[in-house]
Amino acid sequence: MAERKGKTIILQSKPRFIGNAAVVGKKEGEGPLGKEFDEVFTDTTMGEDSWEKSESLLLKKAVEKVLQKSAADKSEVDMICSGDLLNQCIGSSFGIRDFNIPFCGVYGACSTMALSLCIASLMIESGGFERCIAATSSHFCSAEKQFRKPLEYGGQRPPSAQWTVTGAGAALIGKNQSTVSPYIDKIHMGTIQDFGITDSNNMGAAMAPAAKKTISDFLRDTGTKPSDYDMILTGDLGSVGSELLHQLFLREDGLDISAVHKDCGLMIYDRESQDVHAGGSGCGCSGTVLCSYILNSMRAGKFSNILFIATGALMSTVSSLQGESIPGIAHLLNIRKGE
Amino acid sequence: MSISKEEYDSMAKKASPNSPVFLDCVKAFLFGGAICAFGEGLMQWFTGTAMTLEESRALTTSVLIIITALLTAFGVFDTIAKHAGAGTMVPITGFANSIVCAALEFQTEGRILGTAAQMFSIAGPVIVFGCSAASLYGFIIYFFGLY
Repeated sequence: MAERKGKTIILQSKPRFIGNAAVVGKKEGEGPLGKEFDEVFTDTTMGEDSWEKSESLLLKKAVEKVLQKSAADKSEVDMICSGDLLNQCIGSSFGIRDFNIPFCGVYGACSTMALSLCIASLMIESGGFERCIAATSSHFCSAEKQFRKPLEYGGQRPPSAQWTVTGAGAALIGKNQSTVSPYIDKIHMGTIQDFGITDSNNMGAAMAPAAKKTISDFLRDTGTKPSDYDMILTGDLGSVGSELLHQLFLREDGLDISAVHKDCGLMIYDRESQDVHAGGSGCGCSGTVLCSYILNSMRAGKFSNILFIATGALMSTVSSLQGESIPGIAHLLNIRKGE
Repeated sequence: MSISKEEYDSMAKKASPNSPVFLDCVKAFLFGGAICAFGEGLMQWFTGTAMTLEESRALTTSVLIIITALLTAFGVFDTIAKHAGAGTMVPITGFANSIVCAALEFQTEGRILGTAAQMFSIAGPVIVFGCSAASLYGFIIYFFGLY
Protein backbone atom coordinates (compact mmCIF):
# COMPACT_ATOMS: atom_id res chain seq x y z
CA MET A 1 0.00 0.00 0.00
CA ALA A 2 1.35 3.41 -0.99
CA GLU A 3 2.57 5.63 1.81
CA ARG A 4 1.54 9.26 1.88
CA LYS A 5 3.63 12.15 3.18
CA GLY A 6 1.84 15.48 2.87
CA LYS A 7 0.69 15.53 -0.73
CA THR A 8 3.46 13.21 -1.92
CA ILE A 9 2.81 9.52 -2.49
CA ILE A 10 5.69 7.09 -1.97
CA LEU A 11 5.02 4.09 -4.19
CA GLN A 12 5.76 0.68 -2.74
CA SER A 13 5.43 -1.17 -6.06
CA LYS A 14 8.18 0.99 -7.62
CA PRO A 15 6.81 0.76 -11.17
CA ARG A 16 9.67 0.42 -13.64
CA PHE A 17 10.04 1.76 -17.15
CA ILE A 18 9.99 -1.45 -19.18
CA GLY A 19 10.24 0.56 -22.37
CA ASN A 20 9.97 4.08 -23.72
CA ALA A 21 9.56 5.51 -27.20
CA ALA A 22 9.29 8.92 -28.81
CA VAL A 23 8.39 9.80 -32.37
CA VAL A 24 8.57 13.36 -33.69
CA GLY A 25 8.09 15.64 -36.68
CA LYS A 26 10.70 17.20 -38.96
CA LYS A 27 11.50 20.32 -36.93
CA GLU A 28 12.03 18.32 -33.73
CA GLY A 29 14.20 15.85 -35.64
CA GLU A 30 16.41 18.76 -36.72
CA GLY A 31 16.74 19.97 -33.12
CA PRO A 32 19.53 19.24 -30.63
CA LEU A 33 17.85 15.98 -29.47
CA GLY A 34 17.15 14.80 -33.03
CA LYS A 35 19.15 11.59 -32.85
CA GLU A 36 17.57 10.56 -29.53
CA PHE A 37 14.14 9.98 -31.06
CA ASP A 38 13.02 6.57 -32.31
CA GLU A 39 11.51 7.89 -35.50
CA VAL A 40 11.41 11.26 -37.25
CA PHE A 41 8.60 11.92 -39.73
CA THR A 42 9.70 14.47 -42.28
CA ASP A 43 6.18 14.68 -43.74
CA THR A 44 4.18 16.68 -41.19
CA THR A 45 0.90 15.35 -42.58
CA MET A 46 2.05 11.76 -41.99
CA GLY A 47 0.22 10.98 -45.23
CA GLU A 48 -3.15 11.75 -43.61
CA ASP A 49 -5.75 14.19 -44.91
CA SER A 50 -6.29 16.13 -41.68
CA TRP A 51 -3.97 17.38 -38.91
CA GLU A 52 -6.07 15.61 -36.30
CA LYS A 53 -5.53 12.27 -38.05
CA SER A 54 -1.81 13.04 -38.33
CA GLU A 55 -1.63 13.54 -34.57
CA SER A 56 -3.53 10.31 -33.87
CA LEU A 57 -1.15 8.44 -36.15
CA LEU A 58 1.83 9.91 -34.29
CA LEU A 59 0.45 8.54 -31.02
CA LYS A 60 -0.26 5.18 -32.61
CA LYS A 61 3.32 4.99 -33.90
CA ALA A 62 4.70 5.83 -30.44
CA VAL A 63 2.61 3.10 -28.79
CA GLU A 64 3.57 0.55 -31.47
CA LYS A 65 7.22 1.51 -31.01
CA VAL A 66 7.15 1.13 -27.22
CA LEU A 67 5.54 -2.30 -27.54
CA GLN A 68 8.14 -3.34 -30.09
CA LYS A 69 11.07 -2.01 -28.03
CA SER A 70 9.76 -3.71 -24.88
CA ALA A 71 9.19 -6.97 -26.78
CA ALA A 72 5.66 -6.91 -25.38
CA ASP A 73 2.41 -7.89 -27.05
CA LYS A 74 -0.54 -5.54 -26.78
CA SER A 75 -2.47 -8.32 -25.00
CA GLU A 76 0.03 -8.01 -22.15
CA VAL A 77 -0.89 -4.35 -21.53
CA ASP A 78 -3.67 -3.83 -18.99
CA MET A 79 -4.35 -0.15 -19.61
CA ILE A 80 -3.34 2.85 -21.68
CA CYS A 81 -3.53 6.25 -19.98
CA SER A 82 -3.25 8.93 -22.60
CA GLY A 83 -4.34 12.44 -23.40
CA ASP A 84 -3.64 15.37 -25.71
CA LEU A 85 -4.65 18.96 -26.45
CA LEU A 86 -7.40 18.39 -28.97
CA ASN A 87 -11.05 18.85 -28.02
CA GLN A 88 -12.37 15.74 -26.25
CA CYS A 89 -8.86 14.22 -26.50
CA ILE A 90 -9.46 12.82 -29.99
CA GLY A 91 -5.72 12.58 -30.62
CA SER A 92 -5.58 9.77 -28.08
CA SER A 93 -8.92 8.06 -28.53
CA PHE A 94 -8.59 7.80 -32.32
CA GLY A 95 -4.89 6.95 -32.09
CA ILE A 96 -5.37 3.90 -29.91
CA ARG A 97 -8.84 2.72 -30.89
CA ASP A 98 -7.45 -0.23 -32.84
CA PHE A 99 -5.24 -1.59 -30.05
CA ASN A 100 -8.00 -3.33 -28.11
CA ILE A 101 -6.45 -2.27 -24.80
CA PRO A 102 -8.54 -0.67 -22.01
CA PHE A 103 -8.24 3.11 -22.26
CA CYS A 104 -8.19 5.80 -19.61
CA GLY A 105 -8.38 9.23 -21.30
CA VAL A 106 -6.81 12.04 -19.32
CA TYR A 107 -6.59 15.79 -19.81
CA GLY A 108 -3.87 17.82 -18.19
CA ALA A 109 -3.01 20.13 -21.10
CA CYS A 110 0.80 20.10 -21.49
CA SER A 111 1.20 18.33 -18.12
CA THR A 112 -0.38 15.18 -19.60
CA MET A 113 2.79 13.03 -19.71
CA ALA A 114 3.26 13.41 -15.95
CA LEU A 115 -0.47 13.05 -15.29
CA SER A 116 -0.80 9.86 -17.33
CA LEU A 117 2.33 8.42 -15.65
CA CYS A 118 0.96 9.31 -12.18
CA ILE A 119 -2.34 7.57 -12.91
CA ALA A 120 -0.66 4.56 -14.51
CA SER A 121 1.65 4.27 -11.47
CA LEU A 122 -1.31 4.31 -9.10
CA MET A 123 -3.03 1.63 -11.17
CA ILE A 124 0.01 -0.58 -10.78
CA GLU A 125 0.27 0.32 -7.10
CA SER A 126 -3.34 -0.80 -6.65
CA GLY A 127 -2.31 -4.35 -7.52
CA GLY A 128 -5.05 -4.65 -10.09
CA PHE A 129 -2.78 -3.92 -13.06
CA GLU A 130 0.54 -5.43 -14.10
CA ARG A 131 1.58 -3.30 -17.05
CA CYS A 132 0.29 0.07 -18.19
CA ILE A 133 1.24 2.44 -20.98
CA ALA A 134 1.31 6.17 -20.30
CA ALA A 135 1.33 8.26 -23.45
CA THR A 136 0.65 11.67 -24.92
CA SER A 137 0.88 13.58 -28.17
CA SER A 138 0.70 17.04 -29.67
CA HIS A 139 0.97 18.35 -33.22
CA PHE A 140 1.93 21.91 -34.13
CA CYS A 141 -0.66 22.17 -36.91
CA SER A 142 -3.66 20.73 -35.04
CA ALA A 143 -2.84 22.88 -32.00
CA GLU A 144 -2.53 26.06 -34.10
CA LYS A 145 -5.84 25.27 -35.79
CA GLN A 146 -7.65 24.76 -32.49
CA PHE A 147 -6.05 27.38 -30.27
CA ARG A 148 -4.74 30.09 -32.58
CA LYS A 149 -5.12 30.96 -36.25
CA PRO A 150 -5.15 28.92 -39.46
CA LEU A 151 -1.63 27.84 -40.46
CA GLU A 152 -1.32 30.12 -43.47
CA TYR A 153 -2.53 33.20 -41.62
CA GLY A 154 -0.02 36.01 -42.00
CA GLY A 155 0.58 37.25 -38.48
CA GLN A 156 3.45 37.83 -36.08
CA ARG A 157 4.16 35.86 -32.91
CA PRO A 158 5.30 37.76 -29.81
CA PRO A 159 8.73 36.84 -28.35
CA SER A 160 7.09 35.12 -25.34
CA ALA A 161 5.10 32.71 -27.56
CA GLN A 162 6.13 29.05 -27.65
CA TRP A 163 6.17 26.48 -30.44
CA THR A 164 3.95 23.39 -30.05
CA VAL A 165 6.01 20.23 -30.44
CA THR A 166 4.94 17.74 -33.10
CA GLY A 167 5.56 14.45 -31.40
CA ALA A 168 4.29 11.63 -29.23
CA GLY A 169 5.87 9.89 -26.28
CA ALA A 170 4.89 6.56 -24.73
CA ALA A 171 6.24 4.61 -21.77
CA LEU A 172 5.38 1.08 -20.71
CA ILE A 173 5.60 0.72 -16.95
CA GLY A 174 5.11 -2.30 -14.72
CA LYS A 175 6.39 -4.06 -11.64
CA ASN A 176 8.75 -6.99 -11.15
CA GLN A 177 10.80 -6.19 -14.18
CA SER A 178 14.54 -6.14 -14.74
CA THR A 179 16.06 -4.12 -11.92
CA VAL A 180 18.28 -2.07 -14.23
CA SER A 181 15.33 -0.06 -15.57
CA PRO A 182 14.61 3.36 -14.05
CA TYR A 183 11.64 3.35 -11.66
CA ILE A 184 9.07 5.76 -10.30
CA ASP A 185 9.75 6.25 -6.62
CA LYS A 186 7.31 9.00 -5.69
CA ILE A 187 4.53 10.95 -7.33
CA HIS A 188 3.02 14.30 -6.46
CA MET A 189 -0.15 15.51 -8.16
CA GLY A 190 -0.17 19.28 -8.40
CA THR A 191 -2.54 21.98 -7.19
CA ILE A 192 -3.93 24.61 -9.55
CA GLN A 193 -2.22 27.98 -9.27
CA ASP A 194 -3.64 31.05 -10.96
CA PHE A 195 -1.79 34.34 -10.63
CA GLY A 196 -3.97 36.23 -13.07
CA ILE A 197 -1.97 35.87 -16.31
CA THR A 198 -4.41 36.27 -19.23
CA ASP A 199 -2.01 36.36 -22.19
CA SER A 200 -2.32 33.02 -23.99
CA ASN A 201 0.92 33.89 -25.79
CA ASN A 202 2.72 33.76 -22.47
CA MET A 203 2.01 30.27 -21.12
CA GLY A 204 5.38 30.03 -19.40
CA ALA A 205 4.42 32.89 -17.08
CA ALA A 206 1.02 31.30 -16.42
CA MET A 207 2.53 27.91 -15.46
CA ALA A 208 5.64 28.93 -13.49
CA PRO A 209 3.80 29.42 -10.14
CA ALA A 210 2.25 25.94 -10.43
CA ALA A 211 5.69 24.40 -11.03
CA LYS A 212 7.07 26.36 -8.07
CA LYS A 213 4.31 25.16 -5.76
CA THR A 214 4.54 21.51 -6.79
CA ILE A 215 8.34 21.39 -6.46
CA SER A 216 8.32 23.27 -3.12
CA ASP A 217 5.57 21.07 -1.69
CA PHE A 218 7.44 17.96 -2.79
CA LEU A 219 10.75 19.14 -1.28
CA ARG A 220 8.98 19.97 1.99
CA ASP A 221 7.12 16.64 2.10
CA THR A 222 10.31 14.66 1.49
CA GLY A 223 12.72 16.85 3.47
CA THR A 224 15.03 17.17 0.46
CA LYS A 225 16.65 20.11 -1.31
CA PRO A 226 17.16 20.84 -5.04
CA SER A 227 20.84 19.85 -4.93
CA ASP A 228 19.83 16.31 -3.86
CA TYR A 229 18.70 15.71 -7.45
CA ASP A 230 20.69 15.33 -10.64
CA MET A 231 18.10 17.30 -12.51
CA ILE A 232 14.86 19.16 -11.88
CA LEU A 233 13.24 18.84 -15.28
CA THR A 234 10.18 20.95 -16.05
CA GLY A 235 7.95 20.34 -19.06
CA ASP A 236 7.47 23.44 -21.15
CA LEU A 237 8.06 26.61 -19.15
CA GLY A 238 10.25 27.94 -21.96
CA SER A 239 12.65 30.82 -21.43
CA VAL A 240 10.14 33.18 -19.78
CA GLY A 241 8.63 30.57 -17.44
CA SER A 242 12.04 29.16 -16.48
CA GLU A 243 13.33 32.63 -15.60
CA LEU A 244 10.21 33.23 -13.48
CA LEU A 245 10.59 29.85 -11.74
CA HIS A 246 14.17 30.72 -10.76
CA GLN A 247 13.04 34.14 -9.51
CA LEU A 248 10.16 32.64 -7.48
CA PHE A 249 12.52 30.16 -5.78
CA LEU A 250 15.00 32.92 -4.97
CA ARG A 251 12.33 35.22 -3.65
CA GLU A 252 10.25 32.74 -1.66
CA ASP A 253 12.88 30.28 -0.40
CA GLY A 254 16.23 31.95 -1.09
CA LEU A 255 17.15 28.92 -3.24
CA ASP A 256 19.05 29.12 -6.52
CA ILE A 257 17.84 26.20 -8.63
CA SER A 258 19.31 27.43 -11.93
CA ALA A 259 22.24 24.98 -11.78
CA VAL A 260 20.03 21.90 -11.46
CA HIS A 261 16.97 23.06 -13.42
CA LYS A 262 16.37 22.10 -17.06
CA ASP A 263 13.30 22.61 -19.21
CA CYS A 264 12.21 20.25 -22.00
CA GLY A 265 10.94 23.28 -23.96
CA LEU A 266 14.47 24.70 -23.98
CA MET A 267 16.13 21.36 -24.80
CA ILE A 268 14.12 20.18 -27.80
CA TYR A 269 14.83 23.10 -30.16
CA ASP A 270 17.72 25.40 -30.90
CA ARG A 271 15.81 28.58 -30.09
CA GLU A 272 17.96 30.87 -32.20
CA SER A 273 18.28 28.93 -35.44
CA GLN A 274 14.84 27.26 -35.31
CA ASP A 275 12.84 30.45 -34.71
CA VAL A 276 10.72 29.09 -31.85
CA HIS A 277 10.80 32.26 -29.73
CA ALA A 278 10.48 31.25 -26.02
CA GLY A 279 10.91 27.49 -26.67
CA GLY A 280 8.84 24.36 -27.21
CA SER A 281 5.49 23.54 -25.65
CA GLY A 282 2.61 21.09 -25.94
CA CYS A 283 2.02 17.65 -24.42
CA GLY A 284 4.52 16.16 -26.84
CA CYS A 285 7.29 18.44 -25.57
CA SER A 286 7.81 16.84 -22.15
CA GLY A 287 6.46 13.52 -23.49
CA THR A 288 9.08 13.09 -26.18
CA VAL A 289 12.02 14.48 -24.18
CA LEU A 290 11.26 12.20 -21.20
CA CYS A 291 10.60 9.14 -23.35
CA SER A 292 13.84 9.56 -25.30
CA TYR A 293 16.86 11.46 -24.03
CA ILE A 294 16.02 11.45 -20.31
CA LEU A 295 15.04 7.80 -19.81
CA ASN A 296 17.76 6.62 -22.22
CA SER A 297 20.34 8.61 -20.25
CA MET A 298 19.07 7.14 -16.98
CA ARG A 299 19.45 3.63 -18.38
CA ALA A 300 22.99 4.55 -19.40
CA GLY A 301 23.67 5.73 -15.86
CA LYS A 302 24.04 9.41 -16.71
CA PHE A 303 21.41 10.53 -14.18
CA SER A 304 20.34 8.57 -11.13
CA ASN A 305 17.73 10.69 -9.38
CA ILE A 306 15.58 13.25 -11.15
CA LEU A 307 12.37 15.20 -10.64
CA PHE A 308 10.17 15.34 -13.72
CA ILE A 309 7.53 18.08 -13.52
CA ALA A 310 5.28 18.49 -16.55
CA THR A 311 3.41 21.80 -16.55
CA GLY A 312 0.02 22.58 -18.07
CA ALA A 313 -2.06 25.68 -18.81
CA LEU A 314 -5.67 24.72 -18.16
CA MET A 315 -7.46 27.27 -20.30
CA SER A 316 -9.63 26.85 -23.39
CA THR A 317 -10.31 29.10 -26.37
CA VAL A 318 -13.70 29.91 -24.80
CA SER A 319 -12.29 30.86 -21.38
CA SER A 320 -9.64 33.03 -23.07
CA LEU A 321 -12.26 34.88 -25.12
CA GLN A 322 -14.30 35.41 -21.96
CA GLY A 323 -11.32 37.15 -20.40
CA GLU A 324 -10.55 34.44 -17.82
CA SER A 325 -7.02 34.13 -16.51
CA ILE A 326 -5.00 30.97 -17.16
CA PRO A 327 -4.92 28.37 -14.35
CA GLY A 328 -1.60 26.51 -14.23
CA ILE A 329 -0.96 22.95 -13.07
CA ALA A 330 2.18 20.87 -12.55
CA HIS A 331 2.46 17.16 -11.71
CA LEU A 332 5.69 15.66 -10.44
CA LEU A 333 7.39 12.27 -10.57
CA ASN A 334 10.57 11.35 -8.79
CA ILE A 335 12.32 8.93 -11.15
CA ARG A 336 15.37 6.97 -10.02
CA LYS A 337 17.92 4.86 -11.82
CA GLY A 338 17.53 1.11 -11.39
CA GLU A 339 19.93 -0.64 -9.06
CA MET B 1 3.24 31.39 -1.90
CA SER B 2 3.47 34.83 -0.35
CA ILE B 3 3.73 36.73 -3.64
CA SER B 4 0.60 38.70 -4.61
CA LYS B 5 -0.99 38.67 -8.06
CA GLU B 6 0.10 42.26 -8.64
CA GLU B 7 3.69 41.53 -7.70
CA TYR B 8 3.75 38.44 -9.91
CA ASP B 9 2.24 40.39 -12.78
CA SER B 10 5.02 42.98 -12.70
CA MET B 11 7.60 40.20 -12.32
CA ALA B 12 6.14 38.39 -15.37
CA LYS B 13 6.08 41.60 -17.42
CA LYS B 14 9.73 42.22 -16.61
CA ALA B 15 10.68 38.65 -17.56
CA SER B 16 8.77 38.69 -20.87
CA PRO B 17 10.74 40.19 -23.74
CA ASN B 18 8.96 42.88 -25.78
CA SER B 19 8.53 42.79 -29.54
CA PRO B 20 11.14 44.90 -31.36
CA VAL B 21 8.62 47.69 -32.03
CA PHE B 22 10.92 50.08 -33.93
CA LEU B 23 12.25 47.38 -36.28
CA ASP B 24 8.69 46.04 -36.76
CA CYS B 25 7.48 49.55 -37.68
CA VAL B 26 10.31 50.07 -40.18
CA LYS B 27 9.65 46.69 -41.83
CA ALA B 28 5.87 47.31 -41.89
CA PHE B 29 6.46 50.72 -43.50
CA LEU B 30 8.74 49.27 -46.18
CA PHE B 31 6.60 46.23 -47.02
CA GLY B 32 3.31 48.13 -46.79
CA GLY B 33 4.74 50.98 -48.85
CA ALA B 34 6.04 48.56 -51.48
CA ILE B 35 2.62 46.91 -51.81
CA CYS B 36 0.90 50.29 -52.17
CA ALA B 37 3.49 51.48 -54.70
CA PHE B 38 2.98 48.26 -56.66
CA GLY B 39 -0.80 48.85 -56.57
CA GLU B 40 -0.33 52.44 -57.73
CA GLY B 41 1.91 51.23 -60.57
CA LEU B 42 -0.74 48.73 -61.64
CA MET B 43 -3.41 51.42 -61.61
CA GLN B 44 -1.31 53.81 -63.70
CA TRP B 45 -0.75 51.04 -66.19
CA PHE B 46 -4.45 50.12 -66.33
CA THR B 47 -5.59 53.74 -66.71
CA GLY B 48 -3.08 54.06 -69.56
CA THR B 49 -5.15 51.48 -71.44
CA ALA B 50 -8.74 52.00 -72.49
CA MET B 51 -10.01 51.53 -68.93
CA THR B 52 -11.81 54.18 -66.92
CA LEU B 53 -10.41 55.24 -63.54
CA GLU B 54 -13.12 53.27 -61.73
CA GLU B 55 -12.43 50.12 -63.73
CA SER B 56 -8.68 50.45 -63.10
CA ARG B 57 -9.25 50.76 -59.34
CA ALA B 58 -11.42 47.64 -59.26
CA LEU B 59 -8.93 45.67 -61.34
CA THR B 60 -5.96 46.78 -59.18
CA THR B 61 -7.73 45.58 -56.04
CA SER B 62 -8.63 42.30 -57.75
CA VAL B 63 -5.05 41.68 -58.87
CA LEU B 64 -3.71 42.25 -55.32
CA ILE B 65 -6.35 39.87 -53.93
CA ILE B 66 -5.53 37.17 -56.49
CA ILE B 67 -1.78 37.44 -55.87
CA THR B 68 -2.36 37.18 -52.09
CA ALA B 69 -4.67 34.20 -52.49
CA LEU B 70 -2.08 32.38 -54.60
CA LEU B 71 0.78 33.21 -52.20
CA THR B 72 -1.36 32.02 -49.28
CA ALA B 73 -2.29 28.79 -51.05
CA PHE B 74 1.37 28.06 -51.83
CA GLY B 75 2.32 28.70 -48.20
CA VAL B 76 4.50 31.73 -48.95
CA PHE B 77 2.35 34.57 -47.60
CA ASP B 78 2.77 33.73 -43.89
CA THR B 79 6.55 33.67 -44.30
CA ILE B 80 6.49 37.18 -45.80
CA ALA B 81 3.96 38.40 -43.22
CA LYS B 82 6.12 37.14 -40.35
CA HIS B 83 8.53 39.95 -41.23
CA ALA B 84 6.14 42.45 -42.79
CA GLY B 85 3.56 42.43 -39.95
CA ALA B 86 1.15 45.33 -40.37
CA GLY B 87 2.78 45.98 -43.76
CA THR B 88 0.93 43.03 -45.28
CA MET B 89 -2.02 43.07 -42.87
CA VAL B 90 -3.27 46.63 -43.38
CA PRO B 91 -3.62 46.73 -47.20
CA ILE B 92 -6.23 44.55 -48.95
CA THR B 93 -3.63 41.72 -48.82
CA GLY B 94 -4.27 41.09 -45.11
CA PHE B 95 -8.00 40.82 -45.66
CA ALA B 96 -7.58 38.43 -48.59
CA ASN B 97 -5.12 36.26 -46.65
CA SER B 98 -7.42 35.99 -43.62
CA ILE B 99 -10.23 34.61 -45.81
CA VAL B 100 -8.11 32.23 -47.89
CA CYS B 101 -6.18 30.79 -44.93
CA ALA B 102 -9.41 29.96 -43.07
CA ALA B 103 -10.97 28.47 -46.20
CA LEU B 104 -7.92 26.23 -46.66
CA GLU B 105 -7.61 25.22 -43.02
CA PHE B 106 -11.19 24.08 -42.56
CA GLN B 107 -11.68 22.23 -45.85
CA THR B 108 -11.24 18.97 -43.90
CA GLU B 109 -14.60 19.71 -42.23
CA GLY B 110 -16.37 19.80 -45.60
CA ARG B 111 -17.17 22.39 -48.27
CA ILE B 112 -20.26 23.80 -46.54
CA LEU B 113 -19.67 23.59 -42.78
CA GLY B 114 -15.90 23.75 -43.16
CA THR B 115 -14.69 26.01 -45.95
CA ALA B 116 -17.82 28.13 -46.45
CA ALA B 117 -18.83 28.48 -42.80
CA GLN B 118 -15.34 29.16 -41.47
CA MET B 119 -14.11 31.32 -44.35
CA PHE B 120 -15.08 34.54 -42.58
CA SER B 121 -14.10 33.49 -39.07
CA ILE B 122 -11.25 36.03 -39.04
CA ALA B 123 -12.48 38.51 -41.66
CA GLY B 124 -16.08 38.51 -40.34
CA PRO B 125 -15.55 41.19 -37.66
CA VAL B 126 -13.82 43.44 -40.24
CA ILE B 127 -16.88 43.19 -42.50
CA VAL B 128 -19.30 43.82 -39.60
CA PHE B 129 -17.47 46.88 -38.32
CA GLY B 130 -16.64 48.10 -41.83
CA CYS B 131 -20.31 48.01 -42.87
CA SER B 132 -21.41 49.55 -39.57
CA ALA B 133 -18.96 52.43 -39.95
CA ALA B 134 -19.99 52.96 -43.58
CA SER B 135 -23.69 53.08 -42.58
CA LEU B 136 -22.98 55.52 -39.78
CA TYR B 137 -21.03 57.88 -42.02
CA GLY B 138 -23.73 57.49 -44.68
CA PHE B 139 -26.34 58.70 -42.19
CA ILE B 140 -24.19 61.63 -41.10
CA ILE B 141 -23.63 62.72 -44.69
CA TYR B 142 -27.33 62.31 -45.53
CA PHE B 143 -28.71 64.22 -42.53
CA PHE B 144 -26.16 67.01 -42.45
CA GLY B 145 -25.99 67.36 -46.21
CA LEU B 146 -22.22 67.51 -46.26
CA TYR B 147 -22.02 67.09 -49.99
